[in-house]
Amino acid sequence: MHNKHVRRRRVTLAALVCASLILLTAYFGGSPSSPLHTIQRGVVQVLSPIQQGASTVLSPVRDVAGWFSDTLHARSQVTQLRKKVERLTAELAQAQEAEILNRQLSREVHLDATLNIDAYQPVTADVINQDPTLWYQQIEIDKGSGNGIRLDQPVIGDGALVGRVSLVGSSFAIVQLITDHSVDVAAQVQDQNGDVGILVPAVGDPNELLLQDLPHIVPGQPGPQVGQLVVTAGYKSGPLQSLYPRGIPIGQVSNANQNNLINNNEVTVSPAANLRHLAVVQVLTAPHGQAVRAQVP
Amino acid sequence: MNQRASLVIRLVVLAFAVVVIQAAAVSQITLFGVSADLMPLVVMSVGLICGSMTGALLGFGAGLLVDMVFVQTLGVTSLLYILIGYWSGRIRELYDPAHALVPLAGGAAATAVAQVGMALIQILLGVDAPVSLLLLQQMFITVLINTLLALPVYAIVRRVLGASVPQDPRRRRRRAYTTGGLSPLQRSTERLGTLPHSTTR
Repeated sequence: MHNKHVRRRRVTLAALVCASLILLTAYFGGSPSSPLHTIQRGVVQVLSPIQQGASTVLSPVRDVAGWFSDTLHARSQVTQLRKKVERLTAELAQAQEAEILNRQLSREVHLDATLNIDAYQPVTADVINQDPTLWYQQIEIDKGSGNGIRLDQPVIGDGALVGRVSLVGSSFAIVQLITDHSVDVAAQVQDQNGDVGILVPAVGDPNELLLQDLPHIVPGQPGPQVGQLVVTAGYKSGPLQSLYPRGIPIGQVSNANQNNLINNNEVTVSPAANLRHLAVVQVLTAPHGQAVRAQVP
Repeated sequence: MNQRASLVIRLVVLAFAVVVIQAAAVSQITLFGVSADLMPLVVMSVGLICGSMTGALLGFGAGLLVDMVFVQTLGVTSLLYILIGYWSGRIRELYDPAHALVPLAGGAAATAVAQVGMALIQILLGVDAPVSLLLLQQMFITVLINTLLALPVYAIVRRVLGASVPQDPRRRRRRAYTTGGLSPLQRSTERLGTLPHSTTR
């Protein structure tokens, strides 16, 4: 009787482990249209309204916890932000001067470089689900193909790029954040050289991205500096075809160590958006804009 | 409704509710940059309360649900949760731990297994980006946060499963205490037989 019970327990355990391994292998090797992927999409589709309801009901709990978290975070940032304001005020004066000059020159060559976010037909969506694991940096939003959302469209939130659409259902979409290991972005440092590289996440660190494959810099030559803004490049960089429109802020250079820059051609960037506290995002459904961006006179 | 059906229904409802609460609220509340992960704690608690078979089966089902809802690679979380549910159940069956802090240690161990196991499987499956050493720090903080939550989660799970559990360890101990022994076999009169002075009378 005892042996029978032990045998049954071991057989059950072995069967469950085998089932998991078979699922893992089949899913990992399967295409996005495979039956397992289809079933998964179906389950998310069915559960999406429930999660939306739960998200609404539990929003006060989230808000209270978020308030405490944000307050602690804000207190630690006061001094740092004051210094930043001083620096940005000086930069703003320079930028305004450059903008006036740019407008005059643009008028002369009929180059329309004034696309704003509205031109990309943004669709606003609520975040209804966030993955708890450190390995899958993705969120679920409450808008889908019925709202014009398509695969690979860029997503912004908190005033900066947050990711791209990786899965679309009729009433939901999954967004892979820029800190997910499968996402990379062609990005440009807004310095005097306009250096372009590929932005990849540092897995395990949600507050850090690496801007790699920057142009080679020789010692003594000015390169990217700490605090400089990093934006989407909007065009092909190395092996990467950019999915993102040009000029969307991503973050700021947080570490531009000269040795790292010279030897590895990379700098560290901290994302501008707080990716763990996203409540609302915007999907750019026309990422290439509507306006004619350049005209040859 | 018999006890087994009642237990199955309660486990399904519990797993489903935890996934929804995790997705809609807990994942979006961060402490030191990480959020708590309730499911390993629930699987561990069910294993400790119901045993290895139930723990492993719930681990498989709950892992599959998590993989489905969070659009992860199917089978990864199931594999880890099977181990957590099975081994916490085996600890109950082999040692029948009585200490009130056992769920605390179990919660820490279950979370550590989930975190380290997930990292290993992801690295084996291939990661396209550089892995930061801060990952270790994040995993450690997650273990700490989950350890703090282990006792309340265990208490809630025990309350939810309630009378459906055939042999709740705490109920069994309480009954043993009030009846004066761990089991009839261990009562002195039955273990030692008739006392000598009664035979001489």
